[in-house]
Amino acid sequence: MVIMNIPFIKYSKIYYIFSGLLVIASIASILIFGLKFGIDFLGGSILEAEFKNRPENRLIQEKLIDLNLGEIIIQPTGNNGVILRMSEINEDTHQKILLKMNEISEVQEKRFESIGPNIGKELRQKTIFLIIISLIMLLIYIAIAFRKVSRPIFSWQYGIISIIALFFDILIPIGFLALLGKLYNAQFNIPIITAFLTILGYTINDKVIIFDRVRENIIRSQEFDFETLVEQSLNQTLTRSLSTGSCTLLVLIAVFFFGGETLKYFSLILILGIIIGTYSSIFLASPLLVTWYHFRLRRNS
Amino acid sequence: MRKRVYLFFIFIIVLAFFAGNLSEPKYLNQGIDFINGKIGIKIPSFWNIPFRLGLDLQGGTHLVYEADLSQIEKQEYSSAMQGLRDIIERRVNLFGVTEPVVQTQETSSHYRLVVELAGIKDPAQAIQMIGQTPFLEFREQKTEEETEQILVQRKELEGKTFEEMQEIENWQIGLQDPYFNSTSLTGQYLKKAELGFNENTGSPLISLQFNDEGAKIFEDLTSKNVGKILAIYIDGVPISTPVVQEKISGGKAQITGSFTIDEAKELVRNLNAGALPVPIKLISQQSVGPILGKISLEQSLKAGILGFLAILLFMIIFYRIPGFFASLVLSIFVFIVLAIFKLIPVTLTLAGIAGFILSMGMAVDANILIFSRMREELKEGKGFLISLQEGTRRAWPSIRDGNFTTILVALILFIFGSGFIKGFSLTLIVGNLVGMFSAIFITNNFLKCLIFPKIEKIKWLL
Repeated sequence: MVIMNIPFIKYSKIYYIFSGLLVIASIASILIFGLKFGIDFLGGSILEAEFKNRPENRLIQEKLIDLNLGEIIIQPTGNNGVILRMSEINEDTHQKILLKMNEISEVQEKRFESIGPNIGKELRQKTIFLIIISLIMLLIYIAIAFRKVSRPIFSWQYGIISIIALFFDILIPIGFLALLGKLYNAQFNIPIITAFLTILGYTINDKVIIFDRVRENIIRSQEFDFETLVEQSLNQTLTRSLSTGSCTLLVLIAVFFFGGETLKYFSLILILGIIIGTYSSIFLASPLLVTWYHFRLRRNS
Repeated sequence: MRKRVYLFFIFIIVLAFFAGNLSEPKYLNQGIDFINGKIGIKIPSFWNIPFRLGLDLQGGTHLVYEADLSQIEKQEYSSAMQGLRDIIERRVNLFGVTEPVVQTQETSSHYRLVVELAGIKDPAQAIQMIGQTPFLEFREQKTEEETEQILVQRKELEGKTFEEMQEIENWQIGLQDPYFNSTSLTGQYLKKAELGFNENTGSPLISLQFNDEGAKIFEDLTSKNVGKILAIYIDGVPISTPVVQEKISGGKAQITGSFTIDEAKELVRNLNAGALPVPIKLISQQSVGPILGKISLEQSLKAGILGFLAILLFMIIFYRIPGFFASLVLSIFVFIVLAIFKLIPVTLTLAGIAGFILSMGMAVDANILIFSRMREELKEGKGFLISLQEGTRRAWPSIRDGNFTTILVALILFIFGSGFIKGFSLTLIVGNLVGMFSAIFITNNFLKCLIFPKIEKIKWLL
């Protein structure tokens, strides 16, 4: 194995500009396209069925118009499949829809979900609670993990930089999801929330491992220049970062391609999150350490 | 020192053997059958515990009902809910579903009933049958002639198909209840049922209180049926068959019988639930057809196997000999996790399988951390054994921190989440714990067994 000596920190400005552009693009995407919340949060119905010969969406719309279902979003899947999304309906209406669709072409129901608005509201509150608890626990963890790293910048600075990077790791996939929502009607639902929380757990770890190495090198190495130290640590952990990232990506890519419709966006968001997380550990969090250090030096002198 | 290493090695082999055969006993059992057939001895076959599959993988329906308790008093909420659950459980059992789940759930002043029917063919019919309100009715005895007639007719119908039955004159009579006739007294007139005790014998009894209208009907019925049985039916099943002693006015009745206190309590619960209108409303339904379930299962298995193979390939190409051992360890890891899923048992859902596959990717991380550190030590010119020990020691804080952050988040998800989130986080936790164990304990010992004098010379393999 070759000892790598890539001068990461030298090009900090380029990373900052690139990261900044990503952030702007994500925010723009969220603002312009908005997020499409799934029925788990808003209440509503989703019906997935397989036609023998799938008719055009328009034909299905016309057939169901008598039932007064309000807005129906019809989305074709696979060869002959179709997904209908509409407001919450009762069992009677559900059976009527199937009958009507059967009149067009023989149809087999694959999945049906109907969630009342109350359950949706409860789930929404519960999820917000879940996210807050997770964030608090991660903050406590960061505080404990960086307690020992206190030179030459304070341990809370490591913590704050990690949080900035985490924010970045979550924001970019959300922006991407907004775009997917616009293009493919991807929903912001419980599986996606789970994916985001998993990304948090994964990428915080990625940052801690690099910062941990910085701490170890501060103690062990004779080198006193902080910039060189960080660069050294980055090079030492690079193989690990890439290896672990690739292994996790390999399985997720398998899930994305072969795991079926339900796990598609879930795995896609995880894939993106892990790529972004690995990027931000190397090209955002670590350079920020050095930049902040220099900034303080300059202010002190 | 070396003795201990070999002891560990044997332990790992035994562990792997058990875990492997527990997760897939087919091949071992085929082998056992083969040997049994050849030699004629009887080796018992290995446990064959099936995986427990969630609704999304075997098809099924998950229903949430909200109970409307506005008509009853607060202290009776829980008994009404229990009665509701018992009755619905009885109805659900009719569907012939294995392990149906019927649970009451109380969330911030909402009283709910969760029904899970795995593998049900026709959710629509199930929903219809569950939705009926429990039905309480009183039935009076038929005359002896009537009973006789029905019983005779019944004998004739015995053993005949439905088509053949229809050819017999008055065949419908044979299908009637031979002993009792329905009356107009039903649960809608019952005000309340309570548990009481006989003052003399101390045996439990049930007192009924009808409303005004019910009291009148009850008076008529009892005066008509003195000395006869007035049977109490719930959902068409006779619950109690008390004999009327005298005409009863005032709408109060007592049911005595040879039941225990627990039986009496249950009866009171059933009567109250049947009598008190506790309407339920379906507020959430999630149904997965059996075909989609099967496709999902196949797809996720395929994804898991391909992901697994991809990791093996990556590890062997990138880390050569240690990578090969890490691959062996990863296989043992997969078997152990699957065996644990069977033993606990963990209900496997799509989300759960995704969690497991993800944990597979992360389990490799621990190995990678150790190998990276080991290579550094080797490069400093240290020996293989020392490099391995140092590498493991240095890598440990990172492994620990990495797994704990993930486990921390997963634990929160597991405790506070539900459905998808719970399934995902549980398998992720199990996978992470086993992953940590296998990297530190199994990989390490495997590599220690590997030490032979020449290995240090073929550095390109390491």
